[in-house]
Parts: sequence; C-alpha cells; structure tokens
Amino acid sequence: MSATYIARSTAVAARRLGDEMVVMSALDSTLFSLSDVAAVLWESADGRTPLDQIVRDRVCSSYDVDHPTALRDAEEFVRALAAHGILFVSEQPIEAPGAQAAAASGSPR
Amino acid sequence: MMLIAELTQKAMRLGVPFAVHVDLTWRCNERCEHCYLEHDDQGEMGTEELLNLFDQLADAGVFFLTLSGGEPMIRRDFWDLVGRARALQFNVKLKTNAVLIRQAEAERLRSLGVEQIQISVYSHRPEVHDAITKLPGSLERTLRGVRALRAAGIKVAMANVMMRSNLADRKAVAALARELGATYSADPTVTPMITGDRSVLDLRIPGSELAGLFHDNELVGDVESFCAPPPPVGDAELDGLPCSAGHSACYVSPYGDVYPCVQFPLPSGNVRRQRFLDIWRQSPQLLEVRSIRMRDLPVCSTCAHMGICTRCPGLAWTEGSMRGPSSADCEKSFYRTGVPSANMLARGLVTFPSGIAETALAAFAPGAHAGLGLIQIAPLPQTAA
Ligand code: SF4
Ligand code: SF4
Repeated sequence: MSATYIARSTAVAARRLGDEMVVMSALDSTLFSLSDVAAVLWESADGRTPLDQIVRDRVCSSYDVDHPTALRDAEEFVRALAAHGILFVSEQPIEAPGAQAAAASGSPR
Repeated sequence: MMLIAELTQKAMRLGVPFAVHVDLTWRCNERCEHCYLEHDDQGEMGTEELLNLFDQLADAGVFFLTLSGGEPMIRRDFWDLVGRARALQFNVKLKTNAVLIRQAEAERLRSLGVEQIQISVYSHRPEVHDAITKLPGSLERTLRGVRALRAAGIKVAMANVMMRSNLADRKAVAALARELGATYSADPTVTPMITGDRSVLDLRIPGSELAGLFHDNELVGDVESFCAPPPPVGDAELDGLPCSAGHSACYVSPYGDVYPCVQFPLPSGNVRRQRFLDIWRQSPQLLEVRSIRMRDLPVCSTCAHMGICTRCPGLAWTEGSMRGPSSADCEKSFYRTGVPSANMLARGLVTFPSGIAETALAAFAPGAHAGLGLIQIAPLPQTAA
C-alpha cells in the first residue's frame, strides 16, 4: 500500500482554542472546528511524515484506539479537509505546501 | 448557535483574546470630517515592535486580527507586516480606504490570504464622498480599489457611516455595493475624538431621522420584529456581559496602548512596557471591565431595552462612566421602538402628561412616538468626557 502524505494549506487561518483547533479557509471563509484528535493530525501535517506514522506515533500513543480504526478515520478526515482545499493529500512527500496553496488561492472566485 | 458565536463564548470562558484590532498607524491620506483620530505621528511602533507584537498575539491565542488605521497601507513596511500576520495564521481583516489599491496590490493581498477587506464608502457621488474625506478624487480611487479586489476574488465589505451630509445617499451606496459584489453595512454611529473632543458629534444624524432608518426594510430586514417593543428582561439578560470588549477582544494603538476596544479608549497598558499577555491578564482596567455584568449598571439594568439595546460601554465611558448609559444608544433604542429608555426618563428628557406614564409606556406601539401628545422629546445633551 502506498504512503499518504498530508500538508496544511497556507491559505487558512488557524489557532488552538483550548482543546480544539479553529481553522478558516481564506478561499471561501468556511470555518472548521477540529476536535483534539483532528487537531493533532492538522498540526502534524508537515508534508513529510506519512499519515500512517502520524497516526501510530501521535494518535494511537495518546488515545485509546487501535491503529487500523484510527488510520481509516484519519484518511476519511484528511480527504474531507482536502475537498475544502485546506489540506493537501499526496502519495509523495509534499515539499512546498505554501507554493501549492498560493497557486490554489490564485484564481479569482 | 452559530459556530463563530460558540467559539467567541468559549474564548470568553477561557480568557482568550480571540479578536484583536491593531491600528498600524493613525496617519492617513484622507482627512475624513468625522474621524476620531489624531493623524500626526507621535512615535508609532516600528517594524520590529509590530512583528514582535504579532508573535505575542499568536502565542496568546488571537485568531481574528484586524489591521487598520489611519490608512494602514501608507506604512512602508505594510507588506512585511501583513506577510508576517498571515504566516502566523491569523485571520486577517484589513480596514482601508483602498485609495492605494490597484490590480497588483489586490492580487498580492489575495495571494497572502487576507480574508476580507472593509472599505468606507460614504456616497456614490464624488462631490459628497470627497467632501467628507477631503481628498479630491478619492471616491474614484476607492471604487477602483474595490473593483480590483473583487476581480482578484477578495471579499469586500463596504461600510457607510451615515451622517447628516450623506444620509440621503445611503440607498444608492447600497445599490453600488450590490453592483460591485460587495456586502454593505450602514451605521449612524459617530464616535467622539480619541482625545475626548466631542465636537464631531455634531455630524451625527438628528435623532428624529433615526426613526426613518430603523423603519427601512432594506437596512434592518423585518421592520416589524426589529421595531417591536423590547421583550421582558430576565436573569439571563441581567447576568449577561455588556459586550466582548476586554473579554475576548481588545485594541492596540500604533503607540502600543491597549484599550478594551477601539471605541472604548480606556488606557489599560502599553505593549512597549509590558508583555501583551500580562496586560491582558492583569491590567486593573481590563479586570474592572471584565467584572461588570448587566445587573451592575445602575440605570441600564432598570431599562426596558436592556435585552436588545446596542449599548456601547465605550461610548458610555466617554460620557463619564463605563457603568452608565450610552446616550447615542438610548436614542437608537427609542427611535427603534418608540419606548423611552430609563436614561431618558431619569433625565427628564421624556415627560408624560400627569398620571398616564404607566399606561403610556404599556400602550406604546412602534411608530407611535411622535404626534400622539404622549411624550415630549428633547435631544439628549452630550456630557463632557
Ligand atoms: S459595544 Fe462598544 S466597546 Fe463593545 S465591542 Fe462594540 S464598539 Fe466596542
Ligand atoms: S436604552 Fe439607554 S438606558 Fe436603556 S439599556 Fe440602552 S443605553 Fe441603557
């Protein structure tokens, strides 16, 4: 199975608020509130660490969930965020998420 | 509840400054007649100071960062500041007159991910708009900026401060906003100068004109519900907070002064002398603001309007007490509903023919405030700050 890499778009505003992460897309102003676990995935989305490893090292080690279940949920989650253009998902490491975000944000709405 | 309202309430519970307004400068290329600022530079914060402040704000949990002025784009380091603000992942809202925005600037703002730009437009007629800004050609340049921003795909909010001189043009400005794909908001609030000078208040729309505004579907939506008599006030309202100022929001001037809100100029500390978070958590002034519940307001807590009033504690403070009424909001409440405020009654500004005060209040219907002989209204005198 190929690896999945995730990188945050730079066309967002994001901040921790207590146990959640608030994210707003600069593309369409959609506001997201990410739960504690989702926030861990978001913060770990550096484009270089495979999702599988993020789930094992940062989710399963801290939350009471088995790896296959957590990975399945995480994949669903990252694809949902990708559909909104605030996260990039690739089978290759993502070197410059900022550049991709800028390109993504360059076209007029 | 809307997600944004939930998040703001959570920020209040956690004591997080969720929304901060920073004026990058008070200098400006316009000289709007109603402006509350002193435009001469008294030693504004330099680039490093502002970058350092932004770092502190991000660490403090600020999500919404409004960059304003004066005209923020006249700073030479404007792009460095916006770039850092976006790199720190703030939701950046820019308030500008857009005079300096052309296609290149619009595209740059878009690529930086600035979420929204608020632009003041006072009239669709150059002779009216330019007379207010005192900059010839400003309407044309501002509208060029709006068009460039819209073409770049940036959300534009056109804000219209309604005063005596431009009141007649408000519908045309709303139509212009629609045509340009911008949102439109209109506000009759003119604020005293930050120095305490209240002479600009003469520009305010006379109270008698407010009734017409509040009964305009285009401005307020459903007039019948907007102008309905105020609902009864209960414990929930009495235990409520006056507003978000000092609770989840605050303002920082170009000189580093921290206030609860741009419209509440109570000096509460200075980021040149103290860390932002220390001011936010420990400033005696902010702690006092935070301690106030609606039931602590001697006049307003007895007022029929309390649950729906737009009372601004900042304007109240400029009238003498942060626990007092704000006479501009008393006027609004009155002309909105026809029901006199506790402040108006206490100050004898509304008098009833003897013996009928109770029935008159109970029977008051929207729009029935003038001509029935039940009340006489005097303009609210402004107290010196
Ligand atoms: S009510 Fe006044 S002090 Fe409060 S947030 Fe609004 S403008 Fe600021
Ligand atoms: S109408 Fe006036 S007195 Fe009544 S709550 Fe509003 S500011 Fe206070």
